Amino acid sequence: MTATTDWRRKLNPVVRDIPPSGIRRFFDLVSEMKGVISLGVGEPDFVTPWHIRESCVYSLEKGYTHYTSNHGLLELREEIVRDIEGNYKVIYNPLNEILITVGVSEALDLAMRALLCPGDEILIPEPSYVSYAPCAALSGARPVYLKTSVENGFQVTAEMVEKAITPATKVLLLCYPNNPTGATIGRGRLLEIMEVVKRYDLIVISDEIYDKLTYTGQHTCIPSLPDMRERTILLNGFSKSYAMTGWRVGYAAGNPDFIGAMKKIHQYTALCAPITGQFAALEALKNGRSQMNNMVAHYNRRRRLVLQAFEEMGLPCFEPGGAFYAFPDITGTGLSSEEFAGELLKEARVAVVPGNAFGEQGEGFVRCAYATSVEELSEAFQRMGRFVRRRLGRGKILTGSFGKPESVQEGICHTL
Amino acid sequence: MKEILEILQTDGRLTPGQIATMLNRDEAEVAATIKELEEKKIILGYFTLINWDKVRGERVSAIIEVKLAPQREVGFDAIAERIYRFPEVGSVRLMSGSYDLSVMINGHTLQEVAYFVSNKLATIENVISTCTHFVLKTYKYHSTVLDDAEEDRRLVVTP
Repeated sequence: MTATTDWRRKLNPVVRDIPPSGIRRFFDLVSEMKGVISLGVGEPDFVTPWHIRESCVYSLEKGYTHYTSNHGLLELREEIVRDIEGNYKVIYNPLNEILITVGVSEALDLAMRALLCPGDEILIPEPSYVSYAPCAALSGARPVYLKTSVENGFQVTAEMVEKAITPATKVLLLCYPNNPTGATIGRGRLLEIMEVVKRYDLIVISDEIYDKLTYTGQHTCIPSLPDMRERTILLNGFSKSYAMTGWRVGYAAGNPDFIGAMKKIHQYTALCAPITGQFAALEALKNGRSQMNNMVAHYNRRRRLVLQAFEEMGLPCFEPGGAFYAFPDITGTGLSSEEFAGELLKEARVAVVPGNAFGEQGEGFVRCAYATSVEELSEAFQRMGRFVRRRLGRGKILTGSFGKPESVQEGICHTL
Repeated sequence: MKEILEILQTDGRLTPGQIATMLNRDEAEVAATIKELEEKKIILGYFTLINWDKVRGERVSAIIEVKLAPQREVGFDAIAERIYRFPEVGSVRLMSGSYDLSVMINGHTLQEVAYFVSNKLATIENVISTCTHFVLKTYKYHSTVLDDAEEDRRLVVTP
């Protein structure tokens, strides 16, 4: 007779009660089917440019297989500092204000753990990337959602932030350009939000992993706003801009006291990011700009094709200004997000991600990644078009206007 | 204009309408630009890239280095013209370095190519010498890897 352990009772209740990812369930369903075109992939279709891969191979040949400093390779930190300064005129000290992490995911976790105590509140825009709320919950903090919607261009507003603030609020998380909506945010609106942030003495964690993938206007880096460098933790990495998702290299930039606190956790849990990935990232920053620009140009062309396709099939779609996602409103089909994604997969063999996987506010939408070849996109949208036309008119379209929201234009005005 | 060329170079089947959408321009404007580029012979044609190694039947290619004695007034151009008029000649380029013309020949058999070089090419007046290199395998052509293009290795759905 063997004794069985009741793991549910043994588990940390916080971990036990984190709901499983909605995306995971969908992944299992898609994996079983053949002939599926997937618009459900949240990563570039490009393979990491060869010069980056080649320089990683060279680093292995030279025997760079050891630990690096906890902070990461100094040379890489120096290049990161140069990159941020060149793009946004914000200056960091490579010695103590940059921490190289295992992707932005680790940086996010470290930042939350270093900041949040049980009972603290963190403001998180919704819909947004799936990790924010669980990471906050693991720190014992309470995620409070800022419910953005298509009417305001999926942008957080100062009013929204101020309304959500309580004495327990400590952090505002921002994530523009946004996954899953593709929304960007203009400098003007950010300045308004930052006034509230300063008035209530909040800290901002800004996940700017999609910054280089901005198509309308210019990206505004939060620490570049007046007095914000000192109260912002900037998170970024190489996954999206240089097509390096599997390398797992990201970084955090911020005040030395705070970076030092993050480093403490990092040194005891991860020690350092893999050295091979760090060498690859170094090559990406030194010589990767032209290939990156080329990839961004491709995404932008596809973005326009995708918007055109949605217009033709009669699905209202907010114009994404960044990232590589489109987030069409599917309520006109009379289906919920999950029903739409499920039936589309079964009938048309096209995989999209139900919007509610990114929070309640995503209900009524699906996320379509256009990081896929034009050929595949065309085929996918033909299939989706037939599927949608059979169903349109069954529901009431909630979205009033199609295309460019005011807010995007605001972004252009402020930055051009 | 340059963007249109770049797009067409990677996929010649895209319609002016699709290109216009991709570049956020007017379809008629894009169509007119393409027509102009064709008329100016900047766009010379629309072709299909074929990996002939995978098609049954012999096909032999060779690159021939040709040394020339240049002619007064016309230099190398007149001789180049005499060479490129042969249909079996795939490309002719004037080179810097130790020889003058690089000529690509496509034939069905080794003998066919050998016959062309010894009887047609080498006998042209002002051709001083030829050096024939047969192609054993083509790995990459027209910016396209022929055999082992990288497949999509991503998971089907990721956050």
